[in-house]
Amino acid sequence: MTLLAQIPPLQIPDIAWSAISPELVLFGVGILALLLDTAGPQRLQASFLVFGFAAAGAGYIALSTEQSVLPGLVGLAALGQFALTAIWRDRPRLLSALLAALGFAGAIGVTTWQWGAYSGRLVGADAATFVGTDSLLGGMVAVDGVALFTRVTVCLAGLVTVPLSFAYAEERRIHRGEYYPLLLFAATGMTLLASSADFIMVFIAIEVLSLSLYILAGFAKRDLNSQEAALKYFLLGAFSSALLLYGIALVYGVTGSTNIAEAGRAFSSLDAPQGMAVAAMALLIVGFGFKTAIVPFHMWTPDVYQGAPTPITGFMAAATKAAAFAAFLRVFVGAFAPLQWSWTPVLWVLAALTMLAGAILAVVQNDVKRMLGYSAVAHAGYVLIGFVAVNRAGVSGVLVYLLIYTFMSLGSFGVLALLERRNHKAMAIDDLRGLGRRDPVPAGMLALFLLSLAGIPGTAGFVAKFAVFRAGIEAGHAALVVIAVVSSVIAAFFYIRVIVAMFMEDVPEGVAAEAPLAPSTGMSAGIAFSAAVMVAFGTVLPFLLVDLADQAATFVS
Amino acid sequence: MQAAFPLVFAALLFCVGVFGVLSRRNAVLVLMSVELMLAAVTINLVTFGLLAADRGDVVLTGQIFALFVLAIGAAEVGVGLAIILLLYRNRATVNIDDADLMKY
Amino acid sequence: MENVLTPPAGSPVDFAWLIPVVPALSAGLLLVFGKRLGRLSSAVAILSIGFSATLSTMVFAFLQAQPEEGRVFVRTLGTWLSVGGADGLRVDWALLIDPLASVMLLLVTWVGLLIHVYSLGYMAHDERNPQFFAYLNLFAASMLILVTGSSFLTLFVGWELVGLCSYLLVGFWFERRDYATAAKKAFVVNRIGDVGFMIAMFLIFATFGSLTFADVLPAVSTAATGVLIAVGLLLFVGATGKSAQIPLFVWLPDAMAGPTPVSALIHAATMVTAGVYLVARASPLYLEIPDVGLLVAWVGAATAFVAAAIACAQVDLKRILAYSTVSQLGYMFIGVGVGDYTAGVFHLLTHGFFKALLFLAAGSVMHAVADETDIRRMGGLFSKMPVTAVTSLIAVLAIAGFPYTSGFFSKEEVLASAAARPGAQGIWVLGILVAGMTAFYMARWFVLIFLGSPRWAEGVRPHESPPSMTLPLVVLAVGSAAGGLLNTSPEDGFLHHWLEPSVAAFAADGHFLSEGLLLGAALGVAAVGGLLGALLYLRVDVATVGVGGGARNAARRRYYVDEVYETIVMRPGRAMADAFAAFDRRGIDGAVNGLARMTAGVATVGRRTQTGFVRSYALAVLAGTVLIAALFASGVVFGGIR
Repeated sequence: MTLLAQIPPLQIPDIAWSAISPELVLFGVGILALLLDTAGPQRLQASFLVFGFAAAGAGYIALSTEQSVLPGLVGLAALGQFALTAIWRDRPRLLSALLAALGFAGAIGVTTWQWGAYSGRLVGADAATFVGTDSLLGGMVAVDGVALFTRVTVCLAGLVTVPLSFAYAEERRIHRGEYYPLLLFAATGMTLLASSADFIMVFIAIEVLSLSLYILAGFAKRDLNSQEAALKYFLLGAFSSALLLYGIALVYGVTGSTNIAEAGRAFSSLDAPQGMAVAAMALLIVGFGFKTAIVPFHMWTPDVYQGAPTPITGFMAAATKAAAFAAFLRVFVGAFAPLQWSWTPVLWVLAALTMLAGAILAVVQNDVKRMLGYSAVAHAGYVLIGFVAVNRAGVSGVLVYLLIYTFMSLGSFGVLALLERRNHKAMAIDDLRGLGRRDPVPAGMLALFLLSLAGIPGTAGFVAKFAVFRAGIEAGHAALVVIAVVSSVIAAFFYIRVIVAMFMEDVPEGVAAEAPLAPSTGMSAGIAFSAAVMVAFGTVLPFLLVDLADQAATFVS
Repeated sequence: MQAAFPLVFAALLFCVGVFGVLSRRNAVLVLMSVELMLAAVTINLVTFGLLAADRGDVVLTGQIFALFVLAIGAAEVGVGLAIILLLYRNRATVNIDDADLMKY
Repeated sequence: MENVLTPPAGSPVDFAWLIPVVPALSAGLLLVFGKRLGRLSSAVAILSIGFSATLSTMVFAFLQAQPEEGRVFVRTLGTWLSVGGADGLRVDWALLIDPLASVMLLLVTWVGLLIHVYSLGYMAHDERNPQFFAYLNLFAASMLILVTGSSFLTLFVGWELVGLCSYLLVGFWFERRDYATAAKKAFVVNRIGDVGFMIAMFLIFATFGSLTFADVLPAVSTAATGVLIAVGLLLFVGATGKSAQIPLFVWLPDAMAGPTPVSALIHAATMVTAGVYLVARASPLYLEIPDVGLLVAWVGAATAFVAAAIACAQVDLKRILAYSTVSQLGYMFIGVGVGDYTAGVFHLLTHGFFKALLFLAAGSVMHAVADETDIRRMGGLFSKMPVTAVTSLIAVLAIAGFPYTSGFFSKEEVLASAAARPGAQGIWVLGILVAGMTAFYMARWFVLIFLGSPRWAEGVRPHESPPSMTLPLVVLAVGSAAGGLLNTSPEDGFLHHWLEPSVAAFAADGHFLSEGLLLGAALGVAAVGGLLGALLYLRVDVATVGVGGGARNAARRRYYVDEVYETIVMRPGRAMADAFAAFDRRGIDGAVNGLARMTAGVATVGRRTQTGFVRSYALAVLAGTVLIAALFASGVVFGGIR
């Protein structure tokens, strides 16, 4: 009794739910989709139950807080969910796909709302300063430009992945009920990672997204490549997150805080570079480097990208990279900026290695997916240029690059997924020969994405490259930019090689009798959307994107 | 508090884990080695938490973090074992060196 | 460039953006709906380029109506890239319409239009007709973007697009393996040039903080000479790639593989002139660094000489023309290199006429003799296809510099400028020599094709081409004959005044010979070369053409003298061709392939590290950790340095 009396009364903190509303939406929809899937034939009843609870809850909140917007939205969402179930109760996959798409769209909507609500704080006089503690939920979640921008990137990636997956998963017979919920959970982890202001959150978010992706990578259970991809991804992922965790523990040990911004302040006030601080930074770089596929932590990338189901590969390449880079930025460019003299040379070397190794190793690949896997490595290197610039232009360049890369990656893997449906096997470059004649539209789309990946001016990829190169030049890393130019010239070779195979080589013999491509509305829509975004951001709208990213290039202050 | 002791112990334990990951062929043992690494970090966290408490930190961040790590470690084992089981079902082996279809 | 205006609303310049956009739209339309449009697609293509041509003419007329100091317009369509706020970098989608751009527009659109019309007949029987016209349109559109770009970056957009289109078009008939190889070579060589261009752009941006011509060019005198030299050299590397100069000229002759209208487009109106255009556009920059200019001129002269020598030894009718293009491009670089940008651009324009004509005539000939390309198996075609023959003759006279044809004026102007530039006399001598060689090989070309006895294969029935093909020939012939009127005198010709707002003026430094002597020398050498070629090949024993005879062979034959001449002329040409073929193989191909092989080699070794074993990947992660720790340690040790 006396012991209990000594404990101060528990204070329930004021929880700013709005700070994590996109995560709540994604997670909630994920749970809902999972629930409806497991409900089996009683789907309609389960849905009605959910609808009833949600409506009651919304009513209660509306009555008790006298607010109408949020409860109204919840009520609407519940109604929509019930309607969807009523219409498509016999088609569970379509139902969860639609729910997932709604979830991603809703998360984008909520994030836009957040952007509006918080932009007043973002463009303030101190927006250019990177370090701060004024983050929400007890310093766990940061709602700043980088977080919001990356949330949108991730959710857009998810939104495109859903239609790309539908027909593909159907035909490969991997359309099980967990597919879309897992996608949503992975996205939850990613958005959370992008907005973590605390190392605890970083670790949890990385694990949430990784665990979902491990399963998704091995989702084609019977496919030996797919399960091998899952195994490799899992073992290496677990290994590297242990290293990351050790780094986090060391940061905590040195600084006494797990808050990123506080740790950064404590770090920079250290008198001399301490062995433990250096080890901590090194281990953090390893952990983030693994997730972002930086040489020499890239080894898993080609294998996993090749083995995983193709739409998942596109999602992984795009969204994981975006989220991990956002957290990476927040820790290093944000919090550890005062220490940049120590870590920029390290990342400089890694960037050079990554660009060159990715481009060179891709040249000799035959499997298109694997080639794109190596090219993803090279692209991580280009992003790093914006990173080592350690200035606002660099951060903005990284954000632009990641958003554009999302669509390039999803688009190219999407076309591959479309083509794989024809004969259910991986595409080698030789299989693409003469494709321009047989299926001009998919071939043209793939060519567009590849040209963009190659960074031909006039495409979105060029805008992205330009943004980071410019930041690099401004920060005085001219040599690194020259390396990047050389790397992108090498890279252009293998992208163009695919285009040549499609448009300038003959159809290999024996292929002519192949079945025509079965049309799929969802896939076509996903690919067309990516292509439209590419073209728009490449030609007429890039300034919009760059402006937005420029505004977003801030961390909590 | 004498912190060097648990910290060195944790570092050694971590190294044992790393060594296990690098040297074991059996997927289950590799998984266990990873768990060893996580356990080592947990010890670290708790130690640092105590150090922080000595300095007057009342929040016990390290200890709470350690709980999170334990929970996540459990989830990781769950997923990992499922993947290894999948491998075993298809190939009747849990030797990770057999999983080398994709290379170069 | 100091006085940049915004075009008044409603004026043709205000709508100038439609000039590249309409052909580009038409290209898109044809690519998507080409199959359904069928025959109609060629009409769409021709109408679109015709629209651009009309609008370009209106733009030209509008500029002419403006006062002289108010002819530089920038039409901004919208922001393309804008970063770093107000004082950051801003690149607009904007067109720079000035006198230089306007003449380039005229050349590209009108010659392009004629080539489109010509293709109507030439590609009538090809099943992929719509696709071909789409590519042609796209090519023209890319070149139009290039010449109207208001900044280095927008120019670069066109630059890359042109490269891409050439790649698509050269490889258009991809059924033939060597065509695809030629396309690949063109691509790789162009990319090498592009690297130079890109790095130059970064340097420009780092120095001037902008990429817009209107910002950069007036400010060049403020920059350090070292930077300017680097930028000038790097831009010239880009130009050598695109405009086929030593050492990057090897791709152009190989790119002959494409359909003939494409060759005409590449060689005359678009693509290869891009390098010359770039140097002319950046003329204030090159004015600051005259030594680099001189280097440009020397490279041009050397290219002109080597390519002319090789052309003397070729027997493929398109290949001769291809080398002659390289050679004439050398002249243009002499012009812009010694600092007389007007002369360089002038030769670019006249060359655009007569080279387009020559290629289209070559296509017409090939059409007549069942796609034969060996000039030894032609001959006597004059009476069979009079229109083609007469127009070809005009083109040959023009390229050889026959008095009062267009080539005469432009070539004389280039040579006179070289003579007037101290330190460039050697260039002038080379230029005169090349003039003689040009007359020689073009006479040879004409005589072997159109005169002499018929030597075509059995069953070939030569015939004149349809009107859709001959009409462009006639129009171009008029241009080739009368194009010189643009600039009859270097001092007060029309073009000279016209280009004043765009390019730096040429400061003549007094000729080292009297003008009459200069002119006389050029004409004399050309006349000797031309007559020699004509007389020699009128009665030649065809079996020895292109083989180089040899004294023993020659002694046994009737036309003893001819054989010796053939031997004398052919030997060096062949030797040079062989040498450059070897250089091509070991040097350029070697470098290209070597780079490729090196990359592949590194990759082959590198990919071995990717063993497929999880444990080795984990080892790599650990090794990476150690590497990072080492980097950190070295950074800490040498920490004070950064």
